[in-house]
Amino acid sequence: MAKVRVLVLRTAGINCDEEVMHCWQAAGGEPTLMHLNALSDDPAVLERFQIVTIPGGFSYGDDVAAGAIFAQRVASRLAEPLRDLVQRGGGILGICNGFQILVKAGLLPGDGETNAVTVTYNDSAKFEARWVRLEVCTDRCVFLTPGAHLEMPVEHAEGKVVTADDAVVSRLAEAGKIAVRYVDDTGRYDSYPANPNGSEGGIAGLCDGTGRVLGLMPHPDRHFEHAHHPRWTSRRTDGPPDGLTVFQNAVRFWQS
Amino acid sequence: MVPTEDADTPGCEIFRQFPSGLDMGQNNDAATTHWHVRVRPKAAQLDGHGRDVLADVRQIGLEHIEGIRSSRLYLIAGRLGESDVDLLARDLLADPVAEVYTVGPGFSERVDELPAIEVHRQPGVMNPVAISARDACRRALVAADRAEATIDEIQTARRYEVAGAKGVDELDRIARRVLANECIETWYIQGSGRSDPIPDAFPTPPNLPFKLQHVAIRELDDAALTKMSREAHLFLSLEEMQTIRDYYARLKRDPTDLELETLAQTWSEHCVHKTLKSAIDYRGDDFGKPGVIEARFDNLLKETIVQATDTLDRDWCLSVFVDNAGVIAFDDEYGIAFKAETHNHPSAIEPYGGAATGIGGCIRDVMGCGLGAKPIASTDVFCVAPPDFDAKKLPKDVLHPRRVLKGIVSGVRDYGNRMGIPTVNGTIYFDERYLANPLVFCGCVGLIPRDRIHKAPNTGDRIVVAGGRTGRDGIHGATFSSAELTDTHADEFAHAVQIGNAIQEKTLLDAQLLARDHPDGCLYSSVTDCGAGGLSSAVGEMGEELGAEVELGTVPLKYAGLTYEEIWISEAQERMVFAVPPENLDKFLAVFAAEEVEATVIGTFSDDGTLRVRYNQQTVGELDMAFLHHGLPKTTRTATWEAKRDASPRNDIPRSEDETGGSDRLLSALSELNTASKEWVIRQYDHEVQGRSVVKPLVGAMAGPSDAAVLRPLYDSSRGISIGCGLCPELGDVDPYNMAVVAVDEALRNVVCVGTNPEKVAILDNFCWPKVDTEESLGALVRTCRGAHDAAVAYGLPFVSGKDSLNNEYSMSEEEAKRTGLPARIAIPNTLLISSLGIVDDVSRCVTMDLKEPGNALVVASCPVDRHGLDKAHALHRKVAGLIDAKLVRAAHDVSDGGLAVAIAEMCIASNLGASVAVGSDDYGDSIYAGVATTYVLEMKPSDAEASGFPAVGRVESDARLTVSRDATELVNVPVDDLGRAWRKPLASGGGR
Repeated sequence: MAKVRVLVLRTAGINCDEEVMHCWQAAGGEPTLMHLNALSDDPAVLERFQIVTIPGGFSYGDDVAAGAIFAQRVASRLAEPLRDLVQRGGGILGICNGFQILVKAGLLPGDGETNAVTVTYNDSAKFEARWVRLEVCTDRCVFLTPGAHLEMPVEHAEGKVVTADDAVVSRLAEAGKIAVRYVDDTGRYDSYPANPNGSEGGIAGLCDGTGRVLGLMPHPDRHFEHAHHPRWTSRRTDGPPDGLTVFQNAVRFWQS
Repeated sequence: MVPTEDADTPGCEIFRQFPSGLDMGQNNDAATTHWHVRVRPKAAQLDGHGRDVLADVRQIGLEHIEGIRSSRLYLIAGRLGESDVDLLARDLLADPVAEVYTVGPGFSERVDELPAIEVHRQPGVMNPVAISARDACRRALVAADRAEATIDEIQTARRYEVAGAKGVDELDRIARRVLANECIETWYIQGSGRSDPIPDAFPTPPNLPFKLQHVAIRELDDAALTKMSREAHLFLSLEEMQTIRDYYARLKRDPTDLELETLAQTWSEHCVHKTLKSAIDYRGDDFGKPGVIEARFDNLLKETIVQATDTLDRDWCLSVFVDNAGVIAFDDEYGIAFKAETHNHPSAIEPYGGAATGIGGCIRDVMGCGLGAKPIASTDVFCVAPPDFDAKKLPKDVLHPRRVLKGIVSGVRDYGNRMGIPTVNGTIYFDERYLANPLVFCGCVGLIPRDRIHKAPNTGDRIVVAGGRTGRDGIHGATFSSAELTDTHADEFAHAVQIGNAIQEKTLLDAQLLARDHPDGCLYSSVTDCGAGGLSSAVGEMGEELGAEVELGTVPLKYAGLTYEEIWISEAQERMVFAVPPENLDKFLAVFAAEEVEATVIGTFSDDGTLRVRYNQQTVGELDMAFLHHGLPKTTRTATWEAKRDASPRNDIPRSEDETGGSDRLLSALSELNTASKEWVIRQYDHEVQGRSVVKPLVGAMAGPSDAAVLRPLYDSSRGISIGCGLCPELGDVDPYNMAVVAVDEALRNVVCVGTNPEKVAILDNFCWPKVDTEESLGALVRTCRGAHDAAVAYGLPFVSGKDSLNNEYSMSEEEAKRTGLPARIAIPNTLLISSLGIVDDVSRCVTMDLKEPGNALVVASCPVDRHGLDKAHALHRKVAGLIDAKLVRAAHDVSDGGLAVAIAEMCIASNLGASVAVGSDDYGDSIYAGVATTYVLEMKPSDAEASGFPAVGRVESDARLTVSRDATELVNVPVDDLGRAWRKPLASGGGR
């Protein structure tokens, strides 16, 4: 069976490309690493790939705002080719900075909806690193197992999802576009630090209407080994590490 | 700056990056338009920055301030119309959902109902956001088909509207103490009766005409030499000045200013470590045993630190003391590079920039190790004064310790996180004597292929400078760090302070690794970082064996008008120097161009042992490499030490012998700043990027303090590395020999606790000392070196690299001393940091310090090195490591400040399990609060505990409560929740009231 071909984008300040490449390999995919400039020069390259991944980091320093400059480059040269990729059955995964970029470039929540959602400064106004528990809230995202609970770290300063008005969160929920939410032991979405940044509706990640475009602030690429879990020395584990399942689900979907 | 026959030339007066009295807007012709865009949060609830600032304002005693609203400003100069600016604001500069913006003409027109403070960068200070914004705006105009609109420059500023301030003095205080640092920033107050005019154009940097300067040194007498050394910021000793004078007398010419500067940089304490390498006659207490001895060291460093490594002669030490970092073997294919540096003086004056460029410089050391190591982890250790220090006692120009701590944490955070390098280990140590001299230690660990460890430039190789451009930033960093600080230094050395640009360094790293791993082989023959001394040190060191010719006219500049001397010694950040064989040059430049990193040929390595520097074809310096590197006169100094048997190291800690005080005593021990949780700091660092983390800085369900970090450098191997550190300045007040032994012991203990192979641990030494100007201060240094040597040899821990920073002292006028009630000279305690790097044979056998299972036994493994000697202590470390390796230990924790009670309390806090502890006088003779060396607490199954031979002192309980008794007397009985609260509270948001 041919391997699933994944394009992993990097540019100045993207810094999670190495582990994302490894995750795709470990999940059985065939990743290729490419500089954003090379793709912008020749967007037709996208035709060779089934999935595009934008890893985390601080693209262009996150100067102006997180992901803003990368998003501008996507919007000006790559928005159409990327939409074409999704239309012919491909997918996009944006992690952390990649999620911020997908939102700011208008690719999420997708389906023509603009200026409804953004990702901005944490309530704490500073960078925070901590492990969170996520609840999968949609049954249409090909990267996620419906109903699953996942543990992985967040590491960001600008991860708070904000919507233009109160109706947006329920609209997104009804459309199955809220992919994952932060959740605490009692099932609440809004308690700090379980919700580490004050995201509205506890939104940690969004998908588009096709379920093939996913962006999320937490890092599945930092939980691809059981030893990544902060309590691995005291807990029993079965099955693959939570983060790796995101990549495995995608490989399974595009292989079939 | 050097007194010369042409003392009136403009070049003599450049201290600030741009001098005062600039010509404003001289180059802005009539067609240039000026605009500003103001961006603010759409709702108060989204103004986290404003809330953060408000909290800081209330911290400095202005509790009545009601609110602060923040906004960002972009000042834009170019040829563009309002609709162009509106497009930029809408599509790029402001977030459409969370922010609102206004566009206005000119730079300065804005009116607020509330009084406002606006903060701008000083001209010439690095502003990465402004550079990114300019490039992105240019691109946005092209993308929108508005190519006729152009942008010359963008600057950014911040504006704060303040509600509730009582007059302009308070606004000024808020600006000075919270919002801005005068070294790099300036502010304007508008409202409350003030309306500071905001300049309506960008200043133009001064363009200094070329004029070759010679320094008439040959006729100078001793007094004049001494005066020149200080006033020209050379900071050389009289003997060194005499050596230079006599050398030029023999040459029958005067040096150029550039030659003199090059000598000063190369001979600075910072670059050459002349105190540690000097010959010393020592007389005083013997080392580690009673009695008095006399000893002679021809080169202190070589005969202690370096000798330990020579004696141990480990084949896994691949590169020691010869490169920018030390390298040990990881496996057959890879080595691990490790280096730790300090950046103390810049961090005293501008904590954020100082710490950021500190970590940036240490990362470049690892990039400049061999042909380049890939950084995989960083460490940070800070020594600062307590954050609740009384602000009224603060000397003039000294920043409050809370601000210092917040600044350095933010600096390390913003640089390290942007580089994508996890910050995995560190500590903070508090002592009032670090008030004016905070210590900022930054470490970096890199992964390097073993066939890329050795390097050497060849004659004919091109000298290529790559990365950031050269500007007037960081002039005199090397000599600045070799002088003591005074209350005028903030003014005098503002130019030595810099702001880093992490993304510049990240792209430089990306490009370098592509050139290193090029399919045609490594494209360069040598590389080093541009650190202290700038090009003068980098080229001077690389060409030491060959000679070099440099044309300064080719060096890319941030702005026109630098003198040749400024170009040569500027310490502008994010630059590396490469030696590139001519046949590889095109390929090398192509790799860098594809990564959008500037790389420029500035000269050639020659073969005649001479350093020739030209500026636009004119010779501006010609130095014999032999004199430059070996001409430094060698001195012999005398050192003494006499035991201080009654010395009381710290009077702010309750004496440990006392066990009374009940549970409150334990709670207050947990709230000691040196023990309290550093979670506030740790969570601001990305400690997991790159996916290599195995043991994190915070472990267990409730985030307890890990003793060391473990990483897996290769994704497909279960072999790991561990990183720890040892630091105990309080012991140095009594005997520096013991301080060094215990610091080495602690550095080893930390990595043993997580499962390190104790036969494969390398260490680094970082000395931070006050002025070494008395026989006794030198004696303390000698004893520290010998203690470090003796412990390293006994434990089998080779030193692989090190660094020293002397002159960490602050002096103020008698008047100021009287006002503050502080001594006129504040010297830091003698401080030795030992960093440890160990190999973990199999990370699946790692253990963490959180308790695992009720019913298990707690045993104490103890053999204090200062009482039982190094050999017995060594045996204990090996025994504990053996038990962990055999998987008999479920949790291990190092006993340190606060003793056994605090160690077990931390294990409870981490796991939210309880423990019942009962010590008899035989098990643990000291107080349960006594911090003792060479002591571990281990959790083991009861049967394994018994077999281990170590005394069991308690058991793990499912009830989250800690009880401790001695000989049936209950000392402590407290819920783990309370322990956690006491431990977390003091530094929950950076300390302070």
